[in-house]
Amino acid sequence: MKQPFAKLAATALLAAPALAQAADAISGEVKRQPMNWHAIIMFFIFVAATLGITYWAARRTRSASDFYAAGGGISGFQNGLAIAGDYMSAASFLGISAMVFEKGYDGLIYSMGFLVGWPIILFLVAERLRNLGKYTFADVASYRLKQTPVRMFAASSTLVVVAIYLIAQMVGAGKLIQLLFGMNYTSAVLLVGVLMVMYVMFGGMLATTWVQIIKAIMLLSGATFMAIMVLASAGFSPEIMFEKAVAAHSKGAAIMAPGKADPIDSISLGIALMFGTAGLPHILMRFFTVSDAKEARKSVFYATGFIGYFYILTFIIGFGAIILVGPNPMFHEGGDIGAKLLGGANMAAVHLANAVGGDLFLGFISAVAFATILAVVAGLALSGASAVSHDLYASVIKKGHANEADEIRVSKITTMVLGVVAIILGIAFESQNVAFMVGLAFSIAASANFPVLFLSMFWKGLTTRGAVLGGFIGLATAVVLIVLGPAVWVDVLKHEAAIFPYKNPAIFSMTLAFISTWLFSVLDNSRQAHEEKAKFDAQYVRAMTGIGASGASKH
Amino acid sequence: MNEDVLIKVQSNPKFRELVQKKTSLGWMLTIVMLVIYYGFILLLAFSPATLGTPVAEGATMTLGIPVGIFIIVSAFLLTGIYVRKANTEFDQLNQQIVEEARK
Repeated sequence: MKQPFAKLAATALLAAPALAQAADAISGEVKRQPMNWHAIIMFFIFVAATLGITYWAARRTRSASDFYAAGGGISGFQNGLAIAGDYMSAASFLGISAMVFEKGYDGLIYSMGFLVGWPIILFLVAERLRNLGKYTFADVASYRLKQTPVRMFAASSTLVVVAIYLIAQMVGAGKLIQLLFGMNYTSAVLLVGVLMVMYVMFGGMLATTWVQIIKAIMLLSGATFMAIMVLASAGFSPEIMFEKAVAAHSKGAAIMAPGKADPIDSISLGIALMFGTAGLPHILMRFFTVSDAKEARKSVFYATGFIGYFYILTFIIGFGAIILVGPNPMFHEGGDIGAKLLGGANMAAVHLANAVGGDLFLGFISAVAFATILAVVAGLALSGASAVSHDLYASVIKKGHANEADEIRVSKITTMVLGVVAIILGIAFESQNVAFMVGLAFSIAASANFPVLFLSMFWKGLTTRGAVLGGFIGLATAVVLIVLGPAVWVDVLKHEAAIFPYKNPAIFSMTLAFISTWLFSVLDNSRQAHEEKAKFDAQYVRAMTGIGASGASKH
Repeated sequence: MNEDVLIKVQSNPKFRELVQKKTSLGWMLTIVMLVIYYGFILLLAFSPATLGTPVAEGATMTLGIPVGIFIIVSAFLLTGIYVRKANTEFDQLNQQIVEEARK
């Protein structure tokens, strides 16, 4: 892939909502910065506040419904903020603004891909998911199918997505914290792992949601302030802002236009981003925290608004960095504006924070970036823990007869295990290039989870055999094609040329998953298959009307 | 859900109305979003220069900027349209179906 798009797509994957952008911050050598006391103090205030919330939440978290779904008592608006929080990761913020800083317009293209999945989730998935499920998306996929195989598939693909996402987050966290706080890598990873376990284990979904909400508000306010300062420096005229940016950027007017793109790769990336969002287990799980379908719809509406607003802000911030950070020698290595940014390209937004708000605001933004990682990993850990305790333990091992207290105990133990695993993987992958992992997570979600979830809700003919085989085929294809593609085969394994030419496999792997799920379902003539099809009508009525849906628990 | 409720709901003309309205609106808006987004992607892939054209003679701002903002705003507006329709009209209908099924 010599096309510029290959590079572009790579950067896009990095910019995905996990801390992955800027190979600089993740794969490259990171120089430890001097201790940043403003940031450290503000971060500890955040940690103290969130631990306070965890303590409060722990006293309200008793039943399984509390633990997995905050008792269904989160409002649509709060959930919208929490979903936006899951999505506006440090990578979206630092990664996309860095991409705009480097390439201009191309940065905006990627934010769009992340946003347009949301309306689709609303129109096709959200309320049906809420009406049919209880704690995990596997509840929906296995609604009328055989529990054991479907839950096993859903739990494995959930754990794969969660593990991959966690590695990307942990490695990113370690590097970022080194940069922002001057703390060493191992202690940063340990700190993230320990806090993650504490939030989830003691506070369950309630604490995880509130940590996410607080962080979303902090991030939105910080980014708003930066965007306003940037616009103010251009007399609140976008045209003047663009003129100044074109004058300051080494690429000149090229930053105002898209770069060249390979059609297959760009469509495939679009598919992964759009449908991957509708298959990410930690996002889907959020729909069970609201009381009913109405609130589920509202959450998507608010989430889309916040996320869209946020991406517009990052675009302005990126342009602000071009104007205020690019030409300022203070932010470059050796004070040379031709050299790299201090700490790598990922730091564009952070330097801009310094340029527009001084040390104190720089500290605030650094603390927000760290808080963001914490909130995202907590959501991931909870999602992984529910896959193990609710899907594997309660439904597969105990055949649906698990004692609630035992089920919660299993999820707490799993959370601990996930914490330890995340720390170990975080340390093990320190010097690896994990940038491809976020793209992999989105591709797997789009190729394994989404087809099964979608067909289970919309297609009467889906059978257990079709769902499980199709789902696993989608999962395997996505993994294999990414490994054989340029991101792993060339960049990580250092081979000359990629066996599979595209960075983004989703267009192939998702299509294959749909076809094979369909094929194995129609070929399935077992008695069980007939029974499963017969149950579709009842499922459809519940999905549509919510009759029989699990309600909010009373507090 | 027992057989009784199921048959009651399915034979309720209001249920058919709800299904028809909700699914057609949902799919219509989905198609609108897909057309907007993939239209943009295809334009990007096959004619990137179009998006790089200045919005006006001598302007620095290119067509791509308002188009990009439009896509972000349209995603938000489409969700708004759906939520408004669903949370008022459809939910009212739904409420009636649920109550009639209880009788």
